[in-house]
Amino acid sequence: MIDAPPPPILEVNGLRKRFGEHVVLASVDLAVPRGSIVSVLGRSGTGKSVFLKCLAGLLTPDAGAIRFENDSPDRFRRRCGYLFQGNALFDSLTAFENVALPLEHTTRLGRREIAQAARDALKNLGLDKFADYFPAQMSGGMQKRLALARALVTRPQLLLFDEPTAGLDPPARNAIFEMIVRDRQRFDFTAVVVTHDVPEALAASDRVALLEDGQIHFEGTPAEFAASDDCIVRSFGDNIVTLRTSLDK
Amino acid sequence: MMRLLQSVGQNGLATVAGLGDFATFASRAVAAALSTRQLGRRWIRAVHEQGVRCVPVVTIVGLFAGLVLGLQGYYVLARFGSTGLLGTFVSLTLTRELAPVLGALMIVGQAGSAIAAEIGIHRNSEQIDALTTMGIDPVGYLVTPRLLAALIVFPILTVAFTLVGLAGGFLSGSSLLGLSAGVYWSSVHSAVQPADVRECLLKALVFGVITIAICCHSGFTTHRRTGVSGSRAVSLSTTRGVVLASIATLAADYLITSFLI
Repeated sequence: MIDAPPPPILEVNGLRKRFGEHVVLASVDLAVPRGSIVSVLGRSGTGKSVFLKCLAGLLTPDAGAIRFENDSPDRFRRRCGYLFQGNALFDSLTAFENVALPLEHTTRLGRREIAQAARDALKNLGLDKFADYFPAQMSGGMQKRLALARALVTRPQLLLFDEPTAGLDPPARNAIFEMIVRDRQRFDFTAVVVTHDVPEALAASDRVALLEDGQIHFEGTPAEFAASDDCIVRSFGDNIVTLRTSLDK
Repeated sequence: MMRLLQSVGQNGLATVAGLGDFATFASRAVAAALSTRQLGRRWIRAVHEQGVRCVPVVTIVGLFAGLVLGLQGYYVLARFGSTGLLGTFVSLTLTRELAPVLGALMIVGQAGSAIAAEIGIHRNSEQIDALTTMGIDPVGYLVTPRLLAALIVFPILTVAFTLVGLAGGFLSGSSLLGLSAGVYWSSVHSAVQPADVRECLLKALVFGVITIAICCHSGFTTHRRTGVSGSRAVSLSTTRGVVLASIATLAADYLITSFLI
């Protein structure tokens, strides 16, 4: 007997967004199954971050529908987390204060409970010894982990990652994807990851979507992506081989 | 000719839209006072940012303003044999006009520019978007505490400016030019009426709210600067905030004076 696929926690239909005359998203359709990691791949400037910002409510789409499981977008977004490409940490606050910030302003928890939750979140990501550090005193990888700790501290149901590995070295990139997979199991969230890192995305994701010309050009499992004959999909999968061939020439 | 009319029309529409946007922004900041949590801690920080840090500049400018008023006033009044009115001249000039206006301009230069730049950097580095995604109202978090701080900081610093200015007038009029200290202080005492103090404090309150709201709004809308981005946009937002706040201070001063005089 085959298990039925989990119901989508998020469904996007005909999403359209343009800036002036420039159409960034022509018509995007995507369903994100509950509990999965969905990576959205695409070349630079194809609107991946715009898509994510539309999901988070930071940009208003011109047309289309975004449906969250059993809830209105505004209410559901309170249960979403967002990891920004540049981390968006408050540089005048310590690591501890950055993590405690959403709890202080959006929950009714007492001071002790907030402190405990913030310490736990830092500990989960190996930052408990750096609670008094300011973001500027941390490395890029540590800042990324701190941003993830801040996003996770409110226990969101859906986490949106905007280029989580931008500017990191290969081992740090692997560590970030390992962290996403590990924390998804631990905290039971659904993740939408916008990224350029094809090998890492294929290894860590349950499903992969390719954004091209303002539409989802491909959507499927990593195995289907790797086996696809489509030339645009192959251009992503083969890019490492192509680079090696070019260099050898 | 058509192009000129088109340009005037476009600029006029943009100005009206900008005023509407500012009014909405300011009302959101006021309304957020009821719903923002942890307001006290951020209010104290804002009071420090606007108040404590501005004490040196406000007192130094106040001292020199008083010194100059004492000097100029003494020689002008001497022509009419009325040097005994120096205290009246210095105190009324300071209380009614110079202290609220110059004090506000100094605070705008010191704290308003810092506020516009800081909020502009928050905008550039997506920290304002981060607040939104965390479910925190960015206007309530960044703007409301600063507006509330202005309500207390501007009147206090204006009073400080006035007192230091009076001391400056005394230094130049009495200590340097020989006017009797008793004559100076008794004319100060008899000249300043409660209505003058009320006018002074009202102006300080109004200037405080208007200027800080303008500086916050300017930083908040950094991403809307067309044709520029990054640090250049922050720099433009800061300059624009300070210039608009200074103009608004002088315009509001004229309006309040014309209503109260």
